Amino acid sequence: MSVMLSVRDLSKTYGSGHEALKSVSLDIEEGEIIALLGPNGAGKTTLISTICGITTPSGGSVTVGGHDIITDYRPARRLIGLVPQEVSLEPFEKVINTVSFSRGLFGKPRDDAHIERTLRQLSLWDKRNAQIKELSGGMKRRVLIAKALSHEPRILFLDEPTAGVDVELRKGMWETVSGLKADGVTIILTTHYIEEAEAIADRVGIISKGQILLVEEKSALMKRMGKKTMRIDLQSPISALPEALGDRGLEIEDDGHSLLYTYDTAATRTGITTLLQALSDAGITLRDIHTNQNSLEDIFVELVKDGA
Amino acid sequence: MNWQAMKSIYVFEMVRTFRTLWQSVVSPVISTSLYFVVFGAAIGSRIDEVEGVTYGAFIVPGLIMLTVLVQSISNASFGIYFPKFIGTIYELLSAPVNILEIVAGYVGAAATKSFAIGLIILGTAYLFVPLDIQHPFLMLGFLMLTCLSFSLLGFIIGIWAGSFEQLQIIPLLVITPLVFLGGSFYSVSMLPPFWQTVTMFNPVLYLISGFRWAFFGTADVPVALSLLAIAAFTVICIGVIWLIFRTGWRIKN
Repeated sequence: MSVMLSVRDLSKTYGSGHEALKSVSLDIEEGEIIALLGPNGAGKTTLISTICGITTPSGGSVTVGGHDIITDYRPARRLIGLVPQEVSLEPFEKVINTVSFSRGLFGKPRDDAHIERTLRQLSLWDKRNAQIKELSGGMKRRVLIAKALSHEPRILFLDEPTAGVDVELRKGMWETVSGLKADGVTIILTTHYIEEAEAIADRVGIISKGQILLVEEKSALMKRMGKKTMRIDLQSPISALPEALGDRGLEIEDDGHSLLYTYDTAATRTGITTLLQALSDAGITLRDIHTNQNSLEDIFVELVKDGA
Repeated sequence: MNWQAMKSIYVFEMVRTFRTLWQSVVSPVISTSLYFVVFGAAIGSRIDEVEGVTYGAFIVPGLIMLTVLVQSISNASFGIYFPKFIGTIYELLSAPVNILEIVAGYVGAAATKSFAIGLIILGTAYLFVPLDIQHPFLMLGFLMLTCLSFSLLGFIIGIWAGSFEQLQIIPLLVITPLVFLGGSFYSVSMLPPFWQTVTMFNPVLYLISGFRWAFFGTADVPVALSLLAIAAFTVICIGVIWLIFRTGWRIKN
């Protein structure tokens, strides 16, 4: 696959002196979905705004589809669709007009068939003649996506597209994103919601204080950094661990009714077999066993904490 | 050139005009008609001719200018301020368009609307007073240039403004007084010498004078000077807009 977006040493320092981006470098391949995770003020929106031309970079370079965003901005921007974080729409405008306007703004000739297809895909066709102010919050978000898709971009930026929307709509949005990926659109998504990244991204980038801490395949990241816990429910409670189990890192929980064992899934030996044997030898009878995989959220919190 | 983008901005802005037709066209026509009734008929009937023109006809160029200047500024400033206010400016900044295309779209639409209003007011004037325009094509050219240059100024004001109140400040506190004091309702020669000199520093005088010359062939200042003044004003406005986009002042973070 070819590189669709290449960011090299991108930096942005605002007039106030605040360094929002510190030498950020990132390559994104065509057709992939990458989720950028980061706390408030991490630089996610600044990164997107700079790539899209809304904010002027202080240093570094960006190419989109091989076109520099400053010296060759027209072809670069034609490839980009942007769905901003804020719901920014003309309240008195009709849905179809505002979407058609976006297409024209990006230099594309009128194409009613494409606009209809886009609106139908986003379940907005029935509302095409409604004024924006008449729409629900979820519909407005979809209008923003329709505007961003109106000129058939090859790379789509979704800046926190599901912020403040209900679970049902969020899942609908994920389906839309998956559909776009199937059409070959490269998607860069920023989000606060870890489960969003977990559900739809191919790769995850973690950004904090204007720096990219890591970019990795989601599954590899979870495998590399993922820890699992095993909760062992006991038939009878214990007040202290038998001496033979003392060095295994077990924790007593629920007033002695459970033991918690944390292990590394990437390790050669997880120690589960010997632990169960040792519990049996110590005369401890088990009632149940549950295992739990660490989520991206745990990994994210750990990384941001370490990067602080 | 991204002609498609220019056309889209222009059409989008014109559609807004038709959506708000009442405020856009009917209001200025009604207020101008009132001026004709008060100054043209009620007071004007008691005033003799001014520079060989009946008073009712004499005030027509000034009245058209008054409305056109205010409308040009209001239309253009609102056109660019509203996307800033509601946040849709992001789309403009991220689109493959350059300064010229953005300005052509917004200013072109604002100037077209003001030009149309100017013509409607001229048509309205015919209902009240007989008019014989001596240089009709020059009159139209003058009107068009004025609409264009003041729409450029309105565009600058729209970028500068941080609130709807600020949008109104320049038209209300600067332009309207300058038009009133720039010879809309009188000839400068009717003023005492001291105030004649003061009035020469009013840039709007040159617009009204040139416009009136196109109507009646008489002017307070040479028509070439009027054309030079409006050309210089247009160039200054274009320069300021270029500087704004180059630096991103008030539009980019």
